[in-house]
Amino acid sequence: MKKNLNWKLALIAGTLLVFLWGIFLGTDPATSIQAIKEKGLVAGIQQNIHLGLDLKGGTHLILQVKVNDAVKADSQQAVERLKDYLRTANINYGDITIEDPVNHPEVITMKNISSNPAGDLRNIVTERLPEYDLKSGANDTWTVTMKPQSLTAMKQNAVTQAIETIRNRIDQLGVSEPIIQEHGLGEYQILVQLPGVDDPARVKEIIKSTAMLEIRQAVDNGTAYPTEQAALQAHNGILPPDTEILKGVVSRRAADSEGPNEAYYIVTKSSAVSGRDLRNAQPGQNQTGQPSVNFTLTRDGGNRFYAFTTAHVNDYLAVVLDGKVREVASIKEPIRDTGEISGGMNEQQSKDLSMILRSGALPAGINYLQESTVGPSLGADSIRQGVRAAIYGMLAVMIFMFVYYRFAGINANLGLFLNLVILLGFLGFTGATLTLPGIAGLILTVGMGVDSNVLIFERIREELRNGKTPPSAVEQGFGHAWLTIIDTHVTTIVSAAILFLFGTGPVKGFAVTLTFGLLANLFTAVFVSRVIFDSILNRHQRGEALSI
Amino acid sequence: MELFRNPNIDFLGKKWFFLGLSLILSVGGVLSMLFWHHIPLGVDFSGGTIVQVKFTSAPNLDQLRATMEKAGLKTNHIQRYGAAANNEVLISLEEKETSEQALDQGRDTIIKALSGAAPEGKQDLNNVGYATLQHYLMGKDPLHAGTDAEQRYSQLARAIVDYRDKTKNGVLNSIDEISPVAPAEVVRSFQSDFYTSSFGIRHVDIIGPTVGKQLQKQALLATLYSLLGMLVYLWFRFELIYGVAAVVAVFHDTLITVGMFSILNVEMSLTVIAAILTLVGYSMNDTIVVFDRIRENIRLLRRDSLTDIVNKSINQTLSRTVLTSGLTFLTVLSLYIFGGEVLHGFSLALVIGIIIGTYSSIFIAAPMLVAYQESRAKKGAGVAVLPADRSKDKVKVKA
Repeated sequence: MKKNLNWKLALIAGTLLVFLWGIFLGTDPATSIQAIKEKGLVAGIQQNIHLGLDLKGGTHLILQVKVNDAVKADSQQAVERLKDYLRTANINYGDITIEDPVNHPEVITMKNISSNPAGDLRNIVTERLPEYDLKSGANDTWTVTMKPQSLTAMKQNAVTQAIETIRNRIDQLGVSEPIIQEHGLGEYQILVQLPGVDDPARVKEIIKSTAMLEIRQAVDNGTAYPTEQAALQAHNGILPPDTEILKGVVSRRAADSEGPNEAYYIVTKSSAVSGRDLRNAQPGQNQTGQPSVNFTLTRDGGNRFYAFTTAHVNDYLAVVLDGKVREVASIKEPIRDTGEISGGMNEQQSKDLSMILRSGALPAGINYLQESTVGPSLGADSIRQGVRAAIYGMLAVMIFMFVYYRFAGINANLGLFLNLVILLGFLGFTGATLTLPGIAGLILTVGMGVDSNVLIFERIREELRNGKTPPSAVEQGFGHAWLTIIDTHVTTIVSAAILFLFGTGPVKGFAVTLTFGLLANLFTAVFVSRVIFDSILNRHQRGEALSI
Repeated sequence: MELFRNPNIDFLGKKWFFLGLSLILSVGGVLSMLFWHHIPLGVDFSGGTIVQVKFTSAPNLDQLRATMEKAGLKTNHIQRYGAAANNEVLISLEEKETSEQALDQGRDTIIKALSGAAPEGKQDLNNVGYATLQHYLMGKDPLHAGTDAEQRYSQLARAIVDYRDKTKNGVLNSIDEISPVAPAEVVRSFQSDFYTSSFGIRHVDIIGPTVGKQLQKQALLATLYSLLGMLVYLWFRFELIYGVAAVVAVFHDTLITVGMFSILNVEMSLTVIAAILTLVGYSMNDTIVVFDRIRENIRLLRRDSLTDIVNKSINQTLSRTVLTSGLTFLTVLSLYIFGGEVLHGFSLALVIGIIIGTYSSIFIAAPMLVAYQESRAKKGAGVAVLPADRSKDKVKVKA
């Protein structure tokens, strides 16, 4: 009784070809062929199998977005608006503040509200501040709290926006294939992976700068005071209303004069335009040839800037960056939409700053929670060691299988080889990353892969001992082992899946190779190995013994 | 070749001996976890800073420690890493030194302390990245390149960094060593602006306390979910008691493996957890193979007692169990010996776990099954009926 195996053999050959394609040509065959022509077959593999940071070298960062910053900014605006509305509605109030800006920036407390305005107050909040809820408390105190769903949305929004901003900044640095995504394992965290960057200091600096740009009015004709006290004394200890003292970064004026490099300015609290109104920013030089950043404003921002400069001709304006005065200049004539920041920076800094301004400001500050840097030399060592361990392990298993099972051992070894081809092909097609634990997973797949073969072969031997003929022993062996093989594979894939869900980086790579390897094993150990057995049995004389 | 021909060992007869052995191993591990080394946590979990440094010549650890102390750093430990010929050292800082705000100050301070008396105004060629070099070359323009300057200097910077990292293994002894990849003008320019320190930073891990705690929780959850997943699957495929017996056996493996890490004082890292989860799956494999055979034999040998059936099943699968474990053990051993320092914990967990896992599926899971069924039989409930008929149809061999 001979079986027709042609279509099965064709299927196996087809699978082999498809996955070899995956390894050497991948999803972008043209580039791969180019690489192979220039640098040989290994270049093709390098083109298609993506290596993880631990093998390639690079930087892995986890950042946390201080989402409360974004909430605070919003509430502060709400405070200002509330004051305005109450004033227009003729409601007297004592104090409107955010009492716990660190932990509960979403709660605004209003004290000493004049009696009986409840209806008006309610109208104001529901109509003008729809994201907030109003609640009354004791002693004419009211609280305005952000609605929970608005709060959640705002926090999530801050993370999304931060990811966007960081991506813009990193793209401009020219890092190839960066990964910037929300790190689902913690709250409001972002995962940043930068292959090939082994010197993360500059990147971190650029990611972290909030680059909050504002243009405000500088009072006292932009006088630079040497100390904070001096500034206060100029006004007899009491600052003009709605102004504050800000430190200045060594500016042109301060640098020209002798004396200390520190300078303090009195500026208004409110700003005429801010970073959001920027349309573009480019590095350049000012009239004296110093590096500067030239910016242009959006139409809306330009209109406001025009109105501001028109009202303040001959006054001074201050360019404030991250709460520090970077530039003070007199307003000679109304300006519509261009400006310049200079002073205290070199060429590189002016380039970085214009890049940061272009990419937009971060909606909130960030903290670094984790940083891991792998130098490329370590990655290269890891690849060498991993590959060596894989080859030795595989050789040991193959030799043992051949010695123990003779012909059937060759059969298993063929399956093992095909298993590896499929696994690597999978990686080539899907673009999944291979990490060092991933290589370990590959080695483990070899060990566990032969498990199915051993299970089947032992069963066939048992059936042969019980006096079955080779064809029926093969049939029984595969039949009985099949269910067990399914069970064992499912349980291992369950643990791999959980690893994938919970793990990061290298561990995820391990889960991926283990799962792919086990799936490939179902095909090679059960289907391929059976076909090889059958094709041998087809050529056997009746009663001839099976080499197992 | 055959190692086992019809073995007939009375495994269940010796069950008290083996249960006792397991008890000793588990209790020993638990005692060590509680009173001796506790569970040694790697930097992934405990938080902290680890810097792996490669030196050009054999480093003096005491001197290093003194240098670190002088820089005001409280080092947790300084130890040699990998083969002695590699001249590599791990420097780890206590968690206290790694507050979230000052996350990378530890790294910078270590590098500064190691650099010691660096030549004024020069950069260390052993510790600059590609970007810095490229920027330097662009600014200095030693080759007087024309319009293609950016491309030329990028390639050159890449070549120099690759040469240092791949050919010279991360550290250069002198600037002249880059001559094979850099033109003479560049080497001359480098000599005036760079120097070579005696070390190169190979790997830095800085983990804040938040992430550490987060990972601890995740590792624990992952292990628990994985056990739960198996329990449910076995419940569905066999019967609840089979699932419970298998999960207890696997939990026993996990406990003993972690216990061994505690006794040997080897740090648990994230990859070790990955190894343990793999073990959970692997040990479960072994147990299932035995259980599958028990299920099959219960159908075939209706008149035998459960003890006999289980004994027979273990004996029938013994050859497979030992062979598979042996082969997997071979691959894992290869990993342990050749896989390098980074995978040490990972492969150690697998080396221990495979031995324990194989042992437990023979000596723990099956006896538990028998003990439970016997106690049920004494109460008059009879042997639990397996969903044999349902699976029988699936066993049907295809022609």
